[in-house]
Amino acid sequence: MSRLAVARVHLPAAAFLALLCLGIAALAANFPALTGRIVDQANVIPAETRAALEPKLADLEAKSGIQLVVATVTSLEGEEIEPYANELFRTWKLGEKAKNNGVLLLVAPNERRLRIEVGYGLEGTLTDALSKVIIANAITPRFKTGDFGGGISRGVDDIITALTTDSSEWQQRPSLRLDDPGTPRIPTWMFVAGLIAVMVLAVVSPGFRWFLLGMLMNSGGRSGGGWSSGGGRSGGGFSGGGGSSGGGGASGRW
Amino acid sequence: MFVTRYPSRVGRFITALVLVLALSSCGYNTIPTLEEQAKAKWADVQNNYQRRADLIPNLVATVQGYARQEKEVLTSVIEARAKATQVRIDASQLSDPEKLKQFQDAQNQLSGALGRLLVVSENYPDLKSNQNFLALQSQLEGTENRIAVARRDYIEAVRAYNTELKTFPGVLWAATFFRSSRPMAEFAANDNAQTPPQVKF
Repeated sequence: MSRLAVARVHLPAAAFLALLCLGIAALAANFPALTGRIVDQANVIPAETRAALEPKLADLEAKSGIQLVVATVTSLEGEEIEPYANELFRTWKLGEKAKNNGVLLLVAPNERRLRIEVGYGLEGTLTDALSKVIIANAITPRFKTGDFGGGISRGVDDIITALTTDSSEWQQRPSLRLDDPGTPRIPTWMFVAGLIAVMVLAVVSPGFRWFLLGMLMNSGGRSGGGWSSGGGRSGGGFSGGGGSSGGGGASGRW
Repeated sequence: MFVTRYPSRVGRFITALVLVLALSSCGYNTIPTLEEQAKAKWADVQNNYQRRADLIPNLVATVQGYARQEKEVLTSVIEARAKATQVRIDASQLSDPEKLKQFQDAQNQLSGALGRLLVVSENYPDLKSNQNFLALQSQLEGTENRIAVARRDYIEAVRAYNTELKTFPGVLWAATFFRSSRPMAEFAANDNAQTPPQVKF
């Protein structure tokens, strides 16, 4: 009996600790910062390739809103490339929040792995099969000869071609995602009773009017949760627009 | 006597109501929000498994064209698919670990059968270089990856929801207004559906 009581006391604490540890674990991966459209942590992209690619990527975003980011990392930190790419994508929040139209080309030269991670909104355009074809035909043959600049450059070209040739399709694509939780259901009687109580109180008590005012002011900034930070683009630097990915795309090795 | 007491009673009533409303501003919505979120994540999980099931008839047809003699493997995939598509869990059954296990087992069986099919197809060079097969294979890989992501998200959502039910202040709401909100069952951590079928040589 006493053991049960102890368990009861410790259960919430343990659950809270578990959540805390989870938060720490999620942050443990040491992702590079999103410093631009090309994040070359592994330092394998030649300067001229970089100079040629950057305007293309900026142009793509200007024309279609799609954020395509190229990243190379020195280490996947023991993870497979699929979960790593997905977490990196979600950390950087590539693509617009409402459209989830981001693409990440991730290269891990030391592990000899690469991945095209596609945001939810582009899964129908840049399909898994198409991503695989781009990796197999455009990228890995060049990587095999050590030509990272050429492989990445050609891969980006092909991705852009795939994304832009059928633009009529993705522009009409409705967002069918279930990401944003619907408004929570409250029993009707409770809602009505609450409404009446609020109205009566607002009439009767001046203190409550202040309370109501305070609550209304507070409620402005609350969001429904999820991984949205509502991030937008700021004036100078480059940042993700709040998009997310559910694991679309393809991986390859060389 | 009555007249002097009257305002204080109203005052107490108002205080109590204000207290209730203040409390509702600190956490009343959390349980239903997290519950709906977890349910939405479950829908994602189920959709991705369905997506995998939808790929299979095509895959089987393609493999059949090259490897008709592998009847046993092909039949096992078809049977496992039929079984897996029968077990569906709607959002209200998520608190039932038994049901979840059934779903899990059926899907794992399909994963196993698919893995064998892919291993077998390695023996047919013509099949391996068939464009349709390659496309299907990459779609299957992609779907397995989506399943893994959806499962991770679901596990996370369930954890947040279950934790809310057990911790303050959620535990108060769970004991009063949301008595029907049961903790949801979590996926077993040690199942092999999380990793895509590996082709071994």
